Amino acid sequence: MQIPYILSAIVFLPILSGAVMMFLPPKNHRLIYRFALAVGLVAFLLSLIVYFSFDAAGPRYQFLEKYDWLPALGISYHVGVDGISAPLVLLTGVVIFTGVIISQRIDDRPREFFAFLFILASGVFGVFVALDLFGLFFFYEIAVFPMYLLIALWGWKQTREYAAMKLTLYLFIGSVIALVGALAMYFASGLHTFDMIALEGANFPAAFQNFWFPFVFFGFAVLGGIFPFHNWSPDGHVAAPTAVSMFHAGVLMKLGAFAALRVGIMLMPIGAQTHLPWIIVLTLVNVVYGAFIAMVQTDFKYMIGFSSVSHMGLVAMGFATLNYNGFLGAGVQMVSHGVMTALFFAVVGMIYDQAHTREIPKLGGLVKVMPFAAVAFIIGGLVSMGMPGFSGFIAEFPIFMGLWAGGYPWIAIVAAISIAVTAAYILRAIGRVFFGEIPAELAGHMHDIRPSEKLALGVLCVVMVTIGIYPNIILPMVQAGVNSVLALLGGA
Amino acid sequence: MDLITNNILSLILFSPLVGGLIVLLVPGNKDLTRRLALFLSLIPLVFALNAWLNFGAAPVVDGFRFQEQVAWYPAINSSFHLGVDGISLSMVLLTTLLTPLAILASFSVEERIKPYMALFLALETGMLGVFLSLDLLLFFVFWEVGLVPMYFLIDQWGSKTGERELWKGMKVPARRYASFKFMIYTMAGSLGLLLAIQMLGVVSGTFDLITIFQSWPSLTGSLFGLDIGTVKAIAFWAFTIAFAIKVPVWPFHTWLPDAHTEAPTAGSMILAGVLLKLGAYGFLRLVLPLYPAEAQQFAPVLAVMATAAIIFGAFSAFGQRDFKRLVAYSSVNHMGFVVLGIAAAAYAAGTQNATIALNGAVLQMFNHGISAAAMFFLVGVIYERTHTRDLEEWGGLFPLVPVFGGLLIFSSMSSLGLPGLNGFVSEFLVVRGAWPIFTVLTALSMLGLLFTGAYILKGIAKTLHGPLNEKWKGHLSDITRREVLVLAPLLVLMLWLGLWPAWLLSVINQAVVTLFG
Repeated sequence: MQIPYILSAIVFLPILSGAVMMFLPPKNHRLIYRFALAVGLVAFLLSLIVYFSFDAAGPRYQFLEKYDWLPALGISYHVGVDGISAPLVLLTGVVIFTGVIISQRIDDRPREFFAFLFILASGVFGVFVALDLFGLFFFYEIAVFPMYLLIALWGWKQTREYAAMKLTLYLFIGSVIALVGALAMYFASGLHTFDMIALEGANFPAAFQNFWFPFVFFGFAVLGGIFPFHNWSPDGHVAAPTAVSMFHAGVLMKLGAFAALRVGIMLMPIGAQTHLPWIIVLTLVNVVYGAFIAMVQTDFKYMIGFSSVSHMGLVAMGFATLNYNGFLGAGVQMVSHGVMTALFFAVVGMIYDQAHTREIPKLGGLVKVMPFAAVAFIIGGLVSMGMPGFSGFIAEFPIFMGLWAGGYPWIAIVAAISIAVTAAYILRAIGRVFFGEIPAELAGHMHDIRPSEKLALGVLCVVMVTIGIYPNIILPMVQAGVNSVLALLGGA
Repeated sequence: MDLITNNILSLILFSPLVGGLIVLLVPGNKDLTRRLALFLSLIPLVFALNAWLNFGAAPVVDGFRFQEQVAWYPAINSSFHLGVDGISLSMVLLTTLLTPLAILASFSVEERIKPYMALFLALETGMLGVFLSLDLLLFFVFWEVGLVPMYFLIDQWGSKTGERELWKGMKVPARRYASFKFMIYTMAGSLGLLLAIQMLGVVSGTFDLITIFQSWPSLTGSLFGLDIGTVKAIAFWAFTIAFAIKVPVWPFHTWLPDAHTEAPTAGSMILAGVLLKLGAYGFLRLVLPLYPAEAQQFAPVLAVMATAAIIFGAFSAFGQRDFKRLVAYSSVNHMGFVVLGIAAAAYAAGTQNATIALNGAVLQMFNHGISAAAMFFLVGVIYERTHTRDLEEWGGLFPLVPVFGGLLIFSSMSSLGLPGLNGFVSEFLVVRGAWPIFTVLTALSMLGLLFTGAYILKGIAKTLHGPLNEKWKGHLSDITRREVLVLAPLLVLMLWLGLWPAWLLSVINQAVVTLFG
C-alpha cells in the first residue's frame, strides 16, 4: 500500500511549518518548542511510513510523483525513492526528530532557529527524493544556505563566522562545479530534459564522460568530506550548534555522497569506471589519515568531526569499488554513520551545555551524573569501532569485501589500520570523559540529562542495535537499490 | 521437549544474554541481584548438560550435531549457523560450568553489582558463540563481541591500586592501562583475521564453514596476481597470529599478565578459564581444517613458539613476587602444551601420534580451564583478606587458614601435573603424542615442567610455610562456606578427570578422529 503524495508531504511539511512558525509569538519559547517537536514527530512518522511501505521486490522507484514545472526547458517536479534513498529519508526523519528534542534549550531566537532548521530539513529531504537534476540542485542549495545562518548566528562564538564562511564557500564552489557538469550533460544528451531517469539512458560518449565525471563527482563529494576537500567539515562541526552538527554530520554529508552517486556514478558510469580506481586512493587517505587526526585531538567535537571524515571515506571507498559488496556496504554505512554521529554530537552537546568545555582532559567521571548518556555514547563508540553486533560492522564488512572483490587487497589491508586507531581514540575518549573522577571545577555543576533527551538518544541507539543484530531490516532494500546501480554499470 | 531439543544450541547461547538483561532490569537490592544472577547463570548449564546427555543420540550431519541454521546476513551469504562436535561441546560445558562459579565468586563485589553481573552474562554469550558458530562471519562476530564486556570488567571493577606510566610521565590507573592494552592488542591482532575472513568470503562466495572446509583447501590457481600458495600462507599467518595472541603463545603473551593481574577475581577466572581457550579453539576449528598444508609446513615454527612459551612462561612465573602474576604466567606455561599438541598434530596429520597429541591438547584446554580458575580464585580469596598480592608479605599462613591452605595445595598439585589429578593426564598425552614428532622440542618442554614444579612450590612455600608474618595474626579468617562452594565442583572435577578421564576423552576423541583421523 502506498500513500499518494507522501513524498511531497515529507518535503514540504518542514518548510511550510517553518513559515507558519514565523507567526507564533516570539517570546513564547515553550509553544515554539512544542510546535517544532510536533513537526519533527510528524516528519519522523512519515519517513517511517515511507521506509516500511517501500517494497524491496517492487519497481525500482516508488512513490513517484511527476508534474511539469518548466516544460520549455524540460524541468519537472519529479520525485521518488529507490532502495538507497529510502533509508536515507528515514535517517533524515530520525535526525530531525532527535535534533529538535536536543534543541529545547535554545534561548536565543528559537523561533528563527527552528524555522531555518526546517528549511534545511526540506532541502535535505528534497535532494534524497529528487529525480530531476534541476530539482536536485534546487534542493541542494536550499539545504546549504540555512547552514550558513544557523552556524553564523547560533554557533560557537569563537569560530562561528570563520567556520560558516569557510563551509559555505567550499560547498558553493563544489556545487557550482557540479552544476557545470550537469549543464554539460543536459546539452550533450540532446534530450532537452533534466529528468534523471531519462538521462540514465542517454549513453553519453566515453570521452564526454571521462572529461566531465570528475567535475560532477568532486563537486558533490566535497560535501561528503572527500580528501583533500574535507577541511571545511570539522571546522563546521565544531562551530555549529548541537542540532546543526547532528544534521551536518548525520545527514548533510550523506547528501554529498548520495548526489555524487546519483548524478556522478549513475549518469556517467563509464567516467566512473575510468576515474574511481585512482579516486579510491583519496578515500583511503580519508579513512586512515582521518582516524589518525582524530586520535590527536583534545577537543571532543573536533575528534568526532575528524572521525566523520574517516567514516565518510568508507562510504566513498565503497562506491569507488564499483561492485555489489562495496555499494551494499556504502548504502548501509550512510545510515549507520548518520545515526552514530548524530548521537555523538548530541551527547557532546549535552556535556558542553553543562560543563562549558569540550577539552577531553578537563572532563571526567560523567557516568556518575549522566549514566544514560554515557551508555548511549559507548554504544555509539562501539558502532564507530565496527564492533560486531552493531550497525557499523554490518556496514563496514561488505565495504572491505568489496575491496577484495574489486582487486584492491592493499587498500583493504591499509584501511584496516583505521579500525585499530578508531578503537584507540574512542576508548580513550570514553575512559577520560565518562570514567575516573569528576574534576573539581565541574563537581556540583553537572546533572543528569532530561527524559526527553534520553528518548532522543534511545531512538538513535535502537536504530544502531537493530541493524546490527537483524541486518535484514535494511538489506533487501539496499540490495534492490544496489542492483539497479549495477545494472547501469553494465552488470560490473 | 522437541522445541528444546531442536533449538538447544540457541537456548545455550542466548539464555545468558537474556539473563543479563533480566538482571539489569529487575529492581532489587544487592543480595537479590546476586542470587538472581547466580540462578540465571545456572540455566545455560542445565541446557548444556542436556545437550551433553543427548549428544550421542543426536544425528550427525557433516560431523556436527544439533545443527541450526537461520538466515542472518543473506546479502553476503552469511547465516546464523550453529553446531557442535566433541571439541566444542566440551568447551561449552567448561564455559557454562565456570560462569556460575565466577558469579558465585563475585558475591563479594559491592560496587555497581547490576551492570557487573549483566556484563558477566553477556560475556558468557560471546564466548559460547565462538564455540558454537559454524559460520565464519558469525565466529568473528562473537570473537570480537566478547572483548567488550571483558574490557569493562577490567576497566571498571579491576584492582583499585597501582599506576602505570604511559609516556612522558603521564600516569594512568593500572587497570585502565591493562584493559586498554588487552582491547587494543586483541583488536589489532584480529585485524589480520578480519581481512583474511573477508578474503575467504569473497573467494568462496559464502561464509558457511561446512562449504568452505570443502572448497578452500583444495583451491588452486592464483588470486590477486599471487600464487594461491602464497595467498594461503599469508592468510594462515593472519589467522595464526590472531589466535596466538589470544592463547597466548610466546612472543605475543605480554598483554596477559597485565590483564590477569588487574582483572577482578572472577574476571581472571573466566579470562584464564575460558577466554584463552578461544584462541586454541580457533586453531582446532579453523586453522587445521582450512590450512592443512600450511599448518604442516609451519608447524615446527609453532612448536618452537609453544616450547618457548612453556619454558619462558615457567621461568617468568618463578621470577614473580606478585602471586597473581605468578599464576598468570603459569597460564602461558600450561597453554604452551595445548599449542605444542596442536603443532605436533598438524605436522604429522593422520597418524596415531597426532590423534593422541590432539586429544591431549583438547583435554589440556579443559583441565587448564578448571585448575587456572581455581588458582585465580584462591589468590582472590587471600587478596580479599590481606589486600596484598605480594608473596613476601605473607608467609607461614597455614596455621591461620588451614582449610584454605589445604585447598591451595590441592589445586596447585593439579596445576603442577601430579599423577592422579587432571593435569597429569592431559600433559602426558600431549608429550606422548608429540615425542615421536618433535623429539627435541618435547624433551625441552619436559624440562620446562621441572620449573613448573619450582614456581608452584614457590607459591605454596611463600604463602603457607616459613616463619609467620606476625601482622596477620588475628586478622585472617579462614575460607568461608560460599568460597568452598565455588571451589568444590572444580576440585571434584580435578580428581575425577585425574582418575577416570575416559568420560570426557571418549567424546573428544570422537571429534578428533572425525576431523583429523
